[in-house]
Amino acid sequence: MSAATIRPPRETIVHVIGRMTIQFVSLLGDLALFALSMLRWMLTRLPRGRVLWPIMYEVGIKSLPVILVTGGFIGMVLAVQAYDQFAMMHMESQLGAVINVTLVKELGPVLAAVMLAGRVGSAMAAELGTMRVTEQIDALAALGANPIHHLVVPRFLACFLLIPMLTLFADGVGILSGWLFSTKVLGINSFHYWYHSRNFVMPWDVMSGVVKSVFFGAAIALVACHRGFHSGAGAEGVGKAATGAFVYSFVAILFLDFLLGTILLRLYYVLWPAPITLM
Amino acid sequence: MSPLIELRRASKGFGQHDILREISIPVERGETLVLIGESGCGKSVTMKLMMDLLQPDRGDVLWDGRSVRDRSEKEITQERLRFGYVFQMAALFDSMTVYENVVFGIRQNRKWPEERVRQVAVDRLRDVGLNANVCEKKPAQLSGGMRKRVGLARALAMDPEVVLYDEPTTGLDPIMSDVINELILQTSRTRNVTSIVVTHDMHTVRKVADRVVMLYPLPRLEPDEPQIIFQGTAEETFDCDDPRVYQFVRGEAGERLTEIAAA
Repeated sequence: MSAATIRPPRETIVHVIGRMTIQFVSLLGDLALFALSMLRWMLTRLPRGRVLWPIMYEVGIKSLPVILVTGGFIGMVLAVQAYDQFAMMHMESQLGAVINVTLVKELGPVLAAVMLAGRVGSAMAAELGTMRVTEQIDALAALGANPIHHLVVPRFLACFLLIPMLTLFADGVGILSGWLFSTKVLGINSFHYWYHSRNFVMPWDVMSGVVKSVFFGAAIALVACHRGFHSGAGAEGVGKAATGAFVYSFVAILFLDFLLGTILLRLYYVLWPAPITLM
Repeated sequence: MSPLIELRRASKGFGQHDILREISIPVERGETLVLIGESGCGKSVTMKLMMDLLQPDRGDVLWDGRSVRDRSEKEITQERLRFGYVFQMAALFDSMTVYENVVFGIRQNRKWPEERVRQVAVDRLRDVGLNANVCEKKPAQLSGGMRKRVGLARALAMDPEVVLYDEPTTGLDPIMSDVINELILQTSRTRNVTSIVVTHDMHTVRKVADRVVMLYPLPRLEPDEPQIIFQGTAEETFDCDDPRVYQFVRGEAGERLTEIAAA
């Protein structure tokens, strides 16, 4: 029997798992090299203002409406959901504490990052993907500009610096809407609302939310730019890059939220070894 | 004197698909080299290897006899400015105006006063038959032929020694195709540049080529056959007996249809 007639082995579940594992590890490796290259360029030379400002405007100012809506609804939804539970225990006046700590520590950063991964991340991946398939990225290299320095560094800086600020904005709007809804609609006393909030929400909680959002911003920029740079051909390739940017960013946000949440909690107990109480 | 650019036994593939196999092409100073071949045979990839926009999987690319791999990233970026690349679909930056496109390379690499930059832009646009009133337009507002010419003006803005044209006449009407052919000739004569042209337009070959290299798609070659199936002058291309070259030159499918289906 000649070698040409030997059939390749049938693909089993083990082959599929193996192939997917290899793909996942090589994707992570590629992303890490991409991030290193970006960091190297960022430390060598900062992008020019002419390149940076329009991207900052796009990421920062143009995301404000989305952030406003997100923050506003989180605050009110939290008030609606928590009110009945707290009312059963006659602890309605504590509502401010639970709304505000959940907002600044968890839901504000995560939901703002998810919304921004959809708005900013997908748009970046689609833009860079289109530049890839229309050879504009090659054109940059041909004209003596490094594409990583010219395209990725400003987008990374914009997300890294502005997403934490947008998160703080979402937190602020959420705190305001939660307070308005709780006091004006649910009839909770405003003094007690703020009194308990002040006692329960620590600067550490706000800081841990901001730290998370710094990592979320970096992850969104890196994942989106990486997807855009590796876009496949045609409209389908760009579409997949944009979808991939959102899905991978979302997974990265959830993973980082879990990882940073655990680390920050451990760190808190190391620094302040007292148990947390409601009063 | 070593060739200006040389591909030495360069191979390149994407994923499972091999595109180029052990290609060796030297490019001498001042010549106009035309790469021809069917779509998908690796002409554009060959040109991107020459400019180090893609890197070969095996083999080497040499500039002035020195391997690109022996150069630092910074040196490659600087050396690349000796080459101007005219992309197939022009690849103009669509977020920028025509003016910003043309002066992009200068702004990126030279600290010239704005008047000098503007003068270069106007001169280069005039060289390709466009006047200064296109400066403030966006690429989306231009016709295909105008976009190609802006692409050429952008490639010439840095006074390159070599200009690489990727299918310069594809998608253009016959008159505009000839305008582009004339511009290629004019550029190589007046600026004394080396030109490398990828095309499947035989009018372009006849008009501009000093030397022609024909590539053949790898899937339809035997494992030991060379991928470069022809090298010679433009006249020799039209007189070649090899049926693959003969049919390409005359645009006859012949038995190619069955070969393409079988590949």
